[in-house]
Amino acid sequence: MKYMLLFCGTREAQRAFEAMSPEDLGPRFAEVGRWFAENASKITESNQLDRPDSATTVHLDRGDEPLITNGPYLEGNEVIGGYAVIDVENLDDALAMATTWPGGASVEVRPIASR
Amino acid sequence: MAGRRERRGAPDRKPVGVVRDPVAQALRDALAPATARLARALGDLWVADDAVQDAAVVALQRWPAEGVPARPDLWLLEVARNRAIDRWRREATLRRKLEELKESHARAPGESAEDRVSLLFTCCHPAIPRESQVALTLRAVCGLTVPQIAAAFMVADATIAQRIVRAKRKITAACIPFGVPAPEHLHFRLDEVLAALYLMFNEGYLSTDATAADRPNLAEEAEWLTGQLATLMPQEPEVLGLLALMRLHRARRVTRFDEQGTLRPLQDQDRSRWHHVTIRDAAALVLRASRLLRPGPYQLQAAIAACHAEASEWEATDWPQIVLLYDELNRRAGTPVTRLHRAIALRYVAGPQVALDELDSLAPELDRHHLFHATRAALLRDLDRRDEAKAADRRALEHTRNPAERALLWRRLAAGEELTPEAAPAATGR
Repeated sequence: MKYMLLFCGTREAQRAFEAMSPEDLGPRFAEVGRWFAENASKITESNQLDRPDSATTVHLDRGDEPLITNGPYLEGNEVIGGYAVIDVENLDDALAMATTWPGGASVEVRPIASR
Repeated sequence: MAGRRERRGAPDRKPVGVVRDPVAQALRDALAPATARLARALGDLWVADDAVQDAAVVALQRWPAEGVPARPDLWLLEVARNRAIDRWRREATLRRKLEELKESHARAPGESAEDRVSLLFTCCHPAIPRESQVALTLRAVCGLTVPQIAAAFMVADATIAQRIVRAKRKITAACIPFGVPAPEHLHFRLDEVLAALYLMFNEGYLSTDATAADRPNLAEEAEWLTGQLATLMPQEPEVLGLLALMRLHRARRVTRFDEQGTLRPLQDQDRSRWHHVTIRDAAALVLRASRLLRPGPYQLQAAIAACHAEASEWEATDWPQIVLLYDELNRRAGTPVTRLHRAIALRYVAGPQVALDELDSLAPELDRHHLFHATRAALLRDLDRRDEAKAADRRALEHTRNPAERALLWRRLAAGEELTPEAAPAATGR
């Protein structure tokens, strides 16, 4: 069963992360690196996303013409910082992985539809 | 009156609510194992439940005339499996699923308590909203019908049906596992199951309606399920604690209401009518749990309930011990409601003024809770502040719909009589 783990956080947390010094970032990256190493056998692919303001969104539902706007689709305080696609037995295994994630405020565990 | 038979319930289960004739009892005991086994084989609770319910209808037509089969669960499973095969035949995934079914055919259902508990864990997965967990559990594990569940919660049939459909969809889509969780997952899974059972119990405990004989008794279902869980997990002290807590409340059930259905305060209850064998057994269960040396909120609440139940009279209640137990409970799993209960106990250790001060510090969180105002009223009356007491009773009336509680509050307002709220089960935080 495949799930996508969406690593979520707030804009404040994102800004705090961006403001961190290289000395502080080192241990943080090391922790996240360890998590990826420990779970390597279950991770199909994963990526960290660039800053939310690097996003461009194309809206196809606002009038006849596609509308291109600057910024991410999520407009509130929520930010998706990255993702991992995992292949595990069931939801409990996915939740067990998510509970040990060292890098952020929340992890959304979403099954990948199988049709 | 020819052919009239005496209705007898199973010795440990009073014939309240759910009808206990032999066919219904056998069917009910067989439903969960058959559903669990088929669901596991198919990986699809939706199809399994539909098929087993169809099989149950066939059983209800045939068992009364032909007699209950030696293994009702196997009988149901066989019929349900055939129903499921019929259904799959009509669908595109025929080949693969048929293979899985053939394979499952070779294995008989396992120990039935384990099957039931497996299903319970699936129904009460934290990924399912609490209200859906309870509805799905009553449907799939207890075998209640949608209208019965709807009546018990006093909501529309369609609401319950929708909750169950959503829960089943979530189980399938998110791949919520069947079976008792692996030890490393048990800590977050067991808490959720216990919370759902406790919610079910409290709903039944507080909404008990003695006049509606055919209304499913949620408290009874919850106690039965907790008993199944305890059979399978005798080393989990919180399971034992919750079971003891439910039994202690049940042991005092007969005296909770007077003839008019008015809630009777603990101090006015006739203790000789309590079920003392049940109290002794439950107290022994609390002790057994405590020897496992992993205390938790359910064990603490059971210990508090045991203090009340074991006191030979109201005056003999060990209040200092109860306050200590509440302190420990509040330290581990405190909620505004458990702190309110501590204040009630404090009344008998430190006097009404101290209790009132503690209670008033909870006002911001509990202003909309009827028990807060009812307790305030009692303490104010103890302090001879009668007008304030009446005002507090009126506030309490605004916040409860339970008819027995309302009756008591009205009577108090009319007579201005002394009262201490009964020690009701206190909700713990998730």
